Formats: sequence, C-alpha cells, structure tokens
Amino acid sequence: MELHELSISQLGSLIKNKEVSIPKLTRYMLDRIEKLDSAYGCYITVAEEKAMEQAADVQARLDGGNLDSPLAGIPMAVKDNICTKGILTTCASRMLYNFIPPYDAHVVGKLYENGAILLGKVNMDEFAMGSSTESSYFKKTFNPLDTERVPGGSSGGAAAAVASGEAIYCLGSYTGGSIRQPAAFCGCVGIKPTYGLVSRFGLVAYASSFDQVGPLTRTVSDCAMVLGAIAGHDPMDATSTRKRIPDYTKALVQDVRGLRIGIPGEFVDDSVDEDIRNAVFKAIQVFSEQGAECKEISIPVMEYVVPTYYIIALAEASSNLARYDGVKYGYRTSEYKDLIDMCKRTRSEGFGTEVKRRILLGTYVLSSGYFDAYYKKALKARTIISREFGRAFEECDIIMGPVAPTTAYKIGEKINDPLKMYMEDIFTVPANITGLPALAIPAGIDRNNMPIGLQLIGKRFDESTIFRAGYTFEQTIGSNWTSSRMNNQVNNQVKNK
Amino acid sequence: MILGKEGLDGRTNDFKGKIMVTGGKTKDTGGDVKNPGGDLKDLGGNTGDYEAVIGLEVHAELSTKTKIFCSCTTEFGGLPNTHCCPVCTGMPGVLPVLNSRVVEYAIRAGLAANCSVSLFTKQDRKNYFYPDIPKGYQISQYDLPVCKNGYIEIDPGNGERENETGKKKIRIQRIHIEEDAGKLLHSEDGTCSFIDYNRAGVPLIEIVTEPDISSAGEARVFLEKLRSMLLYVGVSDCKMEEGSLRCDVNISVKPRGRTELGERVEIKNLNSFRAVYRAIEVEIARQESIIRAGGTISRETRRWDDTRGESIQMRSKEDVHDYRYFPEPDIPPLTIKEDFVERIKASLPELPWERKDRYIQEYGLPEYDAEIITSSRELADFFEEAAVKAAGKGVNIKMVSNWVIRELMRLLNDRNASVEDAKFPAGHLVKLLKIVDEGTINIPTAKKVFEEIFDTGKDPEHIVKEKGLEVLNDEEFLRGIVEKVIGDNPSSVSDYKKGKEKALGFLMGQVMKETRGKADPQVARRLLLEELK
Ligand SMILES: [Zn+2]
Repeated sequence: MELHELSISQLGSLIKNKEVSIPKLTRYMLDRIEKLDSAYGCYITVAEEKAMEQAADVQARLDGGNLDSPLAGIPMAVKDNICTKGILTTCASRMLYNFIPPYDAHVVGKLYENGAILLGKVNMDEFAMGSSTESSYFKKTFNPLDTERVPGGSSGGAAAAVASGEAIYCLGSYTGGSIRQPAAFCGCVGIKPTYGLVSRFGLVAYASSFDQVGPLTRTVSDCAMVLGAIAGHDPMDATSTRKRIPDYTKALVQDVRGLRIGIPGEFVDDSVDEDIRNAVFKAIQVFSEQGAECKEISIPVMEYVVPTYYIIALAEASSNLARYDGVKYGYRTSEYKDLIDMCKRTRSEGFGTEVKRRILLGTYVLSSGYFDAYYKKALKARTIISREFGRAFEECDIIMGPVAPTTAYKIGEKINDPLKMYMEDIFTVPANITGLPALAIPAGIDRNNMPIGLQLIGKRFDESTIFRAGYTFEQTIGSNWTSSRMNNQVNNQVKNK
Repeated sequence: MILGKEGLDGRTNDFKGKIMVTGGKTKDTGGDVKNPGGDLKDLGGNTGDYEAVIGLEVHAELSTKTKIFCSCTTEFGGLPNTHCCPVCTGMPGVLPVLNSRVVEYAIRAGLAANCSVSLFTKQDRKNYFYPDIPKGYQISQYDLPVCKNGYIEIDPGNGERENETGKKKIRIQRIHIEEDAGKLLHSEDGTCSFIDYNRAGVPLIEIVTEPDISSAGEARVFLEKLRSMLLYVGVSDCKMEEGSLRCDVNISVKPRGRTELGERVEIKNLNSFRAVYRAIEVEIARQESIIRAGGTISRETRRWDDTRGESIQMRSKEDVHDYRYFPEPDIPPLTIKEDFVERIKASLPELPWERKDRYIQEYGLPEYDAEIITSSRELADFFEEAAVKAAGKGVNIKMVSNWVIRELMRLLNDRNASVEDAKFPAGHLVKLLKIVDEGTINIPTAKKVFEEIFDTGKDPEHIVKEKGLEVLNDEEFLRGIVEKVIGDNPSSVSDYKKGKEKALGFLMGQVMKETRGKADPQVARRLLLEELK
C-alpha cells in the first residue's frame, strides 16, 4: 500500500520506527496534492512552506522525546471556516477572500500540540451553507469517486481530500449534515460530536447552537483518535463541556452484544433510495448477527425536523454574518457614498446567492410580527423533537439509519432547487437539533458504485458507544473494505481527467 | 435636599461643587451652576394645564477591571484600538465568555435600588447595523434582565410631595447588563471615518425607570441620587465626561389630569445632568406648544444639540428599529444562586440616604449638610473619620462639617482634585480645629494653614510652629503695639473721638498689620478701646 492509503496508526508506527520521516511523508502528501488537486479541487490554500517547517519541527520534538501522540507527524487538512493563525481562512467566500486570522481555533491548537502537520485549508460551501460544495466562491470540488458528482457538503473539500488521499484526515464542521453527508458521499468516516464536546472557538460561526467541529477520516479508529485529541473544555467557549473526556480508543472493540439498536421507520421509508434502504437492512442483519438487538422504533416528529432546523439555523446565521460589513477585515466594495452605502454594497457583492438567501430568511423569521410564528415556534418544536429522541433512547442505545436519502448526485442537479437541497439534511439534522452525537460510516455502494453512508446516533456524550458499534460494523464487513476499491476508483478518475 | 429656597442663597454653588467632587476631576458635570434660577422655575412648574410624564434610561459603565466578554482592560483612554482583541472586535470565529464580575456588579446596583434579582437570566442579541458595534449585534438582555422592580426615593423639593415624609418613589423597571460600543470619529472634511474599539465590550448596566418623573428638576435629582448610589456601591465611576454615565430621556406631555399617556419622544445624546435638565425643559415646552396649537405629538427619537440648546429629529416612527432580539446562543443561560445574592446583599455598604439619616441623628447635622457630605462616599468617609476623632478631642462636629463643606470642598474645586487624592489624614483637620478652639490661631490664619495642609499634607501643629502663627494674646506685648499705633495715627484717633466708628476699624487693621495678623482680635480690640478712652 502507498503512504496515503495508510491509517493514522499505521503511519504512526512507520514514523516511530523511522521507516519514514515526517518531512518525507509531508513532502509526499504535498506532491500528491500538487498532482491531484487540479482534478478534485479539494484545497483553497495549500500551506506548503508552513507544512514543511512544521514537519521538521515535529520530527525534532519527536526525536527529542518531547512528543507522545498518535497524531504526531500525520499530515491533515482543515476546513476553511476553522481559523488558522497566519494562514488564509476564507469560509470559501469572497467576503473573507483575504482574511488571515491572528489566532488559531482551539481545535487547531490542540492538533498542533499533538504534532499534527497542517497541509492546508480545504474547500466548502460558502460559510458552510450548502450540501454539495457547489456554493464556494473559489472553486467546485469534485467527488473523487466520480468527478461528475458532488462530494457533498458543506465539508465537501474535507471529505474529498480524505477519499482521494490528499490528506490523511481532515477537520470538518457540522451545522446541518456537513460532516456526515460528505463523508457518506465520499465513502469516509465522520462524526458529529455531542454539542459542547468540542470547542467552537475559532470556528467561524454559521448557526451557533448547532455548530460543531468533527473529524473526517478513513476508519473508525482514526476518527476516535482525532476526536480524542480535539475534545474537551475550552475556557474560551462558554458552551464547551467540563466533562472528563473518555479514551475513545478503548471503545474500539468488536463487541455489540446486548446493544439495543433502534431503527426509526421514518428513516427507511419510500423517500429513501432503494439501494440505501437495502444497505440499512443489511446493516441490521450484520449487527443482529454480532449479537445486537435491533428493533423498529418510531419518531413521528420527523416531518418537522427540517423546517425547525432551518428556521433556527438561519435566524442565528443572519445575526452571525452581520459582522461582515467591510469595516474591519475582509472584502470591502471599491466605491461608495457613505458608511451605510459601503456596508450595503460590501454585503451585496461579498456574499453569494445561497448565503444571501439564508440571511434574508433568517432576518425574516426574527422580524417583529413573524418572530412568534416562526422562531418561537421552532424553539418549541426543537424542545419537542429533543424530548422524542430522549424517549426513543429509553428503549435503545443507538438510533440507526441512513446518512442521506440519496448517494452523491450529479453536479448542478440540485443547486437550483434549494428546497430539494435542504431535504438532503433530513436524516442528519435530528442529531443536530438535539445536540446528540452521530457517526457516519461506509456501508456499501449503490448501483452507480457510489458509497452509501450509515448513521449511528448516540446518547449525549456517549460517543464511545457509537464508536464501538461503528468499529464492530467496520471490522465485520472487512476493515477498509471500500478502500482498495476506492483507490482504484479514485485513480481511474484521475486518469480520465 | 437643597432644592428649596436655599437654592438661592448661594449654597447651590456648593452643592454643584459636590457633584464635581463625586464626578472626579472635572468641571463638566456640575454644569447647572450657571442656571440656579432654573431649579425654582422647574419646581414651580407642572402646575399649568399640562403635565409631563418622563422616564429615563441610564447607561452606566461598570468599573470591572476587564471587559464583559474578554480579558481586555476597561481602562479609559489609551491609543485607539489598543485595548482590544479578536473577541471585542468581532473577528470571525471568536466567542464571548461572560465576566461573572459583571453579573455581580449589576446585582449590587440592583439590590441598592431595591430591585428583585432574577435567579434565572440570559443574554440576548440585539441586531442592528452600525460600524461602532463590531459584531453587527449587541449582546444585551431582553426579557430576563438580571434585576427588576426596584425603586429609588427622591425628595422632589417643593414639587409634588406624595407622602408626609416628602419623598417620591421613582420606580426602577429593570436593570440589565450589556456591552458598550466602540467610538466612531469622522474627519473634518467628511471624507473619512475612523473607529476606535477601545470601549467596545466595556460592561454596561442599563437602568430603566418607570415614567414616574414629572419635571426636569426631578429628573436631575433622581440622576444625582442614582449616581451617588452607584458610586457608593462601587460599581461605576460615573464619569459623564468619559461617557461612563449616559442618559436617554423619554418624555410625553399630556393635559393635566388625563390618564392616558401621549406619544413619547425619546431624546438622546445627553452628556451632562445639565443637558438632561435643559433638554427636558425644552422638550416639554416644544410638546406643549404643539398641543396648544392643536397638533399631535408623534413618536420619534430626537438628538440633543447642547450648544444650540435644541433637539433635532433623528428617527421618525416609520424608521423605528426592529432589533430582532433572540437568545444569545454562545452564552448559556445563567442560574444565580440565592446565597450568591445574599452574599452580595451582606457586602453592600451603607447607602447614601441611610448614611444621611444617620448623620442627622448621630451627629446632629442639618439635613442640608448631611446631604452634601453623603453625596460622595469618599467625602462622607473623610467626614466620618474626622467626626470620630473630633468627638475624642472635644471638637464641635458641626464645625467639622462646616470645614468639610466650605473649606475642603472649595480647595478640591480650586485644585481640581478629588477626596481620594487628599494628601492628609482627616485627623489633621481635627487637630487644626482643636488649635483654633484653644485660641492658638485665629480663623483667617486657620484657613491659610488648612490650605497648606491640603497642599503639603503637613501636620497643622508643625505649620503653626514653623511659621510662628500662634495668636498673640500677651497683653503686655499687645498694649505696646496698641500704644504705638495710637501714637502713629493721631488723625484716626481724633476721628474716632469725634464719633467716627470707622476709624476704630482702621486702627484695628494697623494693629493686625503690626503683628502680621497674629494678634488675638478680641484682646487687641479691648486694649485699643481702653487706650482710646
Ligand atoms: Zn477584548
């Protein structure tokens, strides 16, 4: 196997045994980006010089015995809405086309402490608003498994970079389905941690009460390792938990005996693609054979989930994006009459269509006269939805379903139909509204050879249980079972380009 | 309170002087000095066909060391944009973390103003665009303010007395916490704007009254009371000239006796108590004349122009802001424990009005004196320290209060200083008064000595000794001087003998001159009369 196909722990032992040096590995990854990225469009910024400096530095720390982390020397990339000190952080928007943060996001700082090597910043939907990475101001990202298809979104660049081997893992951000859905579309593993588990400091806010940072990886154990490194309390984020973070790698055991897995009927109804439904049924079979207890449950509020999510998320977004006014940083229009005119023009020119649509919707639902009918009602609905999930968790330990109702679709297929695009989020949004953790893992392919994602939703702060189930599933159907096939598929795509 | 007839006898100026003291080192806040007649006009006001209904929104910057959501300093001044960080300048991805001191201070103020404390409270976002708010929203409190339903009692003077004690309750609707904005500056030619975020994120409390105020005078009395209260509990330095105390006014005028309120007009940009006072007077007159002319008042926001003495429309009813308040998702709601509130309650100092009552009872001070002395915590502390020492030395406490009000406050104004800066202990004043009491020096000399104590902090006994200021009451010696003066001024002596009483004064002056002012005037006068017989 080539270096980019290896898992974090495999690379870790190569580094430890001095079979490969960190600078060499980093150089290898940078070369690979150089070779492939014109085909996939994963990266907005490649931080080549910094990466090489870091590589030398981490190698020295490791050699000096000052570093003991499974992530030491492993090259990774970060979604472009996560602040990196001294490195362009654009949110894939014209509005921040020139923004270089003077601070690192908490998660980035944590990864640096662990000796991670930052290769660069990966593409996304503008301000994370989208499910296909088509709304980036800079470029489109193509699904490495079929470049006519989208990689999902908004963390599409991250998923594509992991799938194509342009990064060993990535940090993505989750607001709607933005980690799990691209993970599913690109055949990767992704987790949306419990709200509050990972600090949001330095994650450019979209919808503050939903936003979370999470890893995108190729295996469940890589995912557990990265999450373990970035989770935990941050005094700079008042919503971050003070709970002690368990060692997630201890959860990586092949044992689901007695685990109660609930499958909501609403998650496998006719709206879901047949191949995906079958993949879920196959997963039920796998888990049952491994000794889990699978049963059908019902979550009748599912039809309110998407509207509830969008009302609250867009309300928060309309406020969060108000700071981009051309005064302090980022894009500023070139001609204007006065301050207010400058602000108006800057925002009109700096934001893309989808962002403007969401700001308008969010402003509308908060406006006096509409607040009660929309925002307030949505908050109530959020409470009810949380309660229903809470009730469901009385009879099971995990709720299982598909990540998305379809697999990766063709570029341009849904971009002009926002409602269809929003419905992409139907199965990922519940975990979001409720703040519950949810893991996406590959669960086979559809008739077009595109990967299908399986979703495991856990109880609050019970990431360990979904890791255990995910790991068991992954091991049962064959570790990295999509990987070699994926690699061939990826390589074929490059040849075709 | 001094707003009665006393206001005319010149003591008004002393009272204003007090405000300067409490306000720190400035002359701005005492603004009303030039307009003492206004007090009376106002207090007599509200007897016509119309009455005013006034509510205040007071913003006080809290004197916490650090800002409300980050660890930047709240210190005033500093080069533009040096007291800020990514959090208070609203950089992408940053988050606010609530400074718990801010909550504590707000509760302190609330308890002092008889408010109830909300045990469950939260922050909300107030959304509007203006470049001085870096995030495009201000973090404030909407429906769950940290304190509500309080009151402050004022004495409206000759105005409406609502109960036999002459007090009037001004109800406090709410006190909430929020962040201050930055400061926008414009170049003179209007081509360029600048922004300074040093103030952005400085914690504020907004104190909102019910519309219980009915005149400009009452508004000012309330503000003075509120300020001295905030200073006492130590939550704000209340420096209007630095913008740490600001006030917006809501006014509606209605025909006397009518119960339903008229449309209210909000007046902003009031930078001194004097501006508040004048703006209310002018606005009442404006609304009255509109109503008299058959017009109606429409809801609007006006901006006060202090130099022109008039207000200009800022916003009409049509473009009233929709702030789209919603709960701040970055800051979890706050549950305040009852024992936390109890602890704050226990730590509250004696409040100005409580202290005033005690001084009247304990020291027998006139109400007027007690009011002035207790208007500033530092001044009252100084007085009290002196009073305790005076009692021990048998010095009259009324004399102490006179010296504090007259001499100390005069010097503070002269030197543009505040009591905290005083170089000398209160005991020095008592020592000085004791020396006066014993007749060692006379009053004019004592005033000079006090000035030196004030400037140098030296012990009065040393000053007197060093400069040989002791009163001359050695009769033998003085008789010699008197004889010399009589011998030197025969014409004055004969004038006196012809019955010109004035001549005695001249001769007395000559005696004082010969003794460089140290002669005991009583002894000198007696000897002079004896020799002239
Ligand atoms: Zn700051």
